[in-house]
Amino acid sequence: MRRHRRISFGRILLGLVAGLVFAFLMLPLLVVFPISLSSASYLQFPPPGLSWQWYLRYLDDPSWIEATLRSVKVAALCTVLAMGLGVPLAFFLVRSRLPGIRLLDRLTAAPIIVPTIVLSIALYGVFARLQLIGEWYGIAVAHSVLALPFVVILVGAGLRTFDEAQEQAAAGLGARWPAILWRVTLPQLRPSLVSAAFLAFISSFDELVIAMFLSGAEMTLPKKMFDNIMMEIDPTIAAVSVLQILLVGLCLGLASLFGRGVLTTTMTR
Amino acid sequence: MELSVQGIVRRFGNVTALGGVDLDVAEGEFLTILGPSGSGKTTLLKTVAGFEIPDEGAVFLGGEDVTLAPPRKRDVGMVFQNYALFPHMTVARNVAFPLEMRGVRREEIRRRVEEALRLVELQGFGERLPRQLSGGQQQRVALARAVVFGPGLLLLDEPFGALDRKLREGLQLEVRRLQRRLRLTTLFITHDQEEALIMSDRIAVMDRGRIEQVGPPAEVYARPATRFVADFLGESNLLDGVLADGAVRIGGFTPVPLPGLPPGPVTLLLRPEALRLAEAAEAAPCRGRGRVIETVFLGLSVKLRVQMEDGPEMLARVPLRPSLPPPAQDGEWLAVGFAPEDVHVIPRG
Amino acid sequence: MSSPGASRRLAGRRRELALLAFATPALLLLGVVFAWPVLRLLSLSVEGGSLEHFEKAALDGLYVSVLGDSLKIAAAVTAICLVLAYPVAFWLSRAGRIGAALGLFALLLPFWTSVLVRTYAWLVLLGRNGVVNRALRDWGLIEAPLPLLHNMAGVLIGMVQVLLPYMVLPIYAALLRVDPDLSRAAEGLGAPPWRAFLRVTFPLSLTGVSAGCALVFVLSLGFFITPALLGGGRVVMISMLIEQQVREFLDWPFAAALSAVLLLVTLAIYGLIGRITRGGRLEAA
Repeated sequence: MRRHRRISFGRILLGLVAGLVFAFLMLPLLVVFPISLSSASYLQFPPPGLSWQWYLRYLDDPSWIEATLRSVKVAALCTVLAMGLGVPLAFFLVRSRLPGIRLLDRLTAAPIIVPTIVLSIALYGVFARLQLIGEWYGIAVAHSVLALPFVVILVGAGLRTFDEAQEQAAAGLGARWPAILWRVTLPQLRPSLVSAAFLAFISSFDELVIAMFLSGAEMTLPKKMFDNIMMEIDPTIAAVSVLQILLVGLCLGLASLFGRGVLTTTMTR
Repeated sequence: MELSVQGIVRRFGNVTALGGVDLDVAEGEFLTILGPSGSGKTTLLKTVAGFEIPDEGAVFLGGEDVTLAPPRKRDVGMVFQNYALFPHMTVARNVAFPLEMRGVRREEIRRRVEEALRLVELQGFGERLPRQLSGGQQQRVALARAVVFGPGLLLLDEPFGALDRKLREGLQLEVRRLQRRLRLTTLFITHDQEEALIMSDRIAVMDRGRIEQVGPPAEVYARPATRFVADFLGESNLLDGVLADGAVRIGGFTPVPLPGLPPGPVTLLLRPEALRLAEAAEAAPCRGRGRVIETVFLGLSVKLRVQMEDGPEMLARVPLRPSLPPPAQDGEWLAVGFAPEDVHVIPRG
Repeated sequence: MSSPGASRRLAGRRRELALLAFATPALLLLGVVFAWPVLRLLSLSVEGGSLEHFEKAALDGLYVSVLGDSLKIAAAVTAICLVLAYPVAFWLSRAGRIGAALGLFALLLPFWTSVLVRTYAWLVLLGRNGVVNRALRDWGLIEAPLPLLHNMAGVLIGMVQVLLPYMVLPIYAALLRVDPDLSRAAEGLGAPPWRAFLRVTFPLSLTGVSAGCALVFVLSLGFFITPALLGGGRVVMISMLIEQQVREFLDWPFAAALSAVLLLVTLAIYGLIGRITRGGRLEAA
């Protein structure tokens, strides 16, 4: 069926501007794909031919693999911490009737607002004293502070749309609170939980500034990339970048398939 | 199981939601709490269910003090205003939930769920999700879930509010039949007086955190204890006056003889159907003249607003028969009368 | 038995206590790994009870001009983001299902991709012999390569690309909340589409606009990686200065003083824009 639609000049112009902005946003992501497949031995665009050499170099270099695995470990622990602590915190912030709870709710967004550099050197000072510099779990704990607000925002939004009468109904039907949470509340929050977990993982996996100060010689992947960029621009980074983009794309795809709220609640409070 | 509520007080900040409520519901009785929104009826229901803990007073279920017991220990089935069905569970899982929580064996659960669904005429709907059902069907699932575990008390919190009129009437009768069949003690909450009159063994009228009157529907309707009850339940003419020398004077009418009552300020209640008009009024002991302001055709009857000469505006309702002409036209003057025995006297304090 | 009143109060508070117990680990984490370190850092700036480090920051022209530059860059990035983001958000809010899904993907994929990856890509794109200059030359639009890297232009391009989604998402969310029937009603009442937009839709989307502006401004003020890599040392922002004080000069008190200034300006601007937002909301209502 055809729909008649008035096509106005304004609509076309709007579409054109939007298209250009989308192109601008995607351009840096798209450009690394051809570079990563270049057969040249240095950075050259467009690539003279195609080869997998930069991917092989990445896979063959133990320091790259080590950094990658360390980042995965850090991000995994960060996700566990942020979810394990953030989900109960979201319950508290949404449900409690204590005075001042709204202020506390706003304060939990503080780690996003405080400039990362300030938090980084603040943690650097404390961690150095505790001799935690270079410990992967130290970075994970620091990252979980940054991931916590995302979890609270996403899960809190899910909780606010949840009808609390269902919990009362379950209690009246004979359920204890662990059963209520496990069988009634959490299953319905699953979309928000999935999204929150993915975002917590990515936010840690990509994070550089805190890792720069806290990782010492034991580099995370972003730190290793940063050092590499500072020293030489070689297409290995393009290969790593492509892998990272694909990972993010995968997480986003999974989150939007099984999750909810990634799109609009990420940044809107 | 019988329910007894004694001296319940509940305050939220400096708002008193319940100001000392006493109520007894007998085994197998259907009692309706009727009141406007904000009268405290939902707070009372939540206190009985265990979602609210009263500041003072006690709740007894089957003779046992359950004031501080958590909801799951009370053996109470509740149907919520919007049903509170679990949207991620099928109908059968919803109904099975209270049985699973009580550790009932699997085959037994299957049998009782089937039985409960048959009871509400939803056999074959077990595998659907709540959102795939109509509002009326969801309501019946909520009912099945609330009775499947054989509770001693059933609580219904405005369960018909979200349904359209026709569906509501069918379900009201169905719920009543089910309640009689299971001999379930039932506490029902509504702000709809018609619903209360149709369904209840007894009605408790609530206002501002207090119970104003408890009694069978006919009695509460005919002999309201307070002006609020008279006004809230059905249509009424409420006339204030002072009883002296065995009679009350009201503007527009001849004095109303009320022998044998103590003197003092009173409110007279006259239901619209007790008023007689035109020729029928000629022989009435209390009479006056009035001008018809408005007539509203209601099918089997006509409602008229009549402005009394030097008196109040009165509401009258007269039955209609197809063979008879309408009793009056707008603007027409006619006689208005009533018999003192149709007057209900409410003391004013 | 204890007094019945006490057990009643306890039963009533059981829920609050349980919730608080739930939240305690998270609050501890925020306290120990966020609030305490930041406060400890800030306290270093006034060590010994003197304000000398703040005096140094205020009197030395270098630091004042860096702070001024940082504010200017943040303002420019915010303005550019707003101009680019509004049409995109508006288009998204009026797009069909598929269009919106694709658009959001194109927005969120870069959003969640590492800032580092994107900054690296700009290095490749914007260099003298980079993709952009080469394309412009091949098409005959320019003769000599444009200086796009290691200067203000590069920093602005990189930062806008990174921060643009932070502007689009709140505006998009605000526009979604505006009932399309409202502008239809305005058109039905005789307003041409553009006036319906200006008088109805736009005012109602202002909450999103100010939320986006607050976020972008505050985030760009503290930006570090992108200016460090794309500015080539010619563009210095305050966060780079802080890093330098800690890394190279080990001057913790002075770094702490600069951090305090950055934090203060950030909070002030966040609060200010928040206040304007509430005012705007009242106006729109």
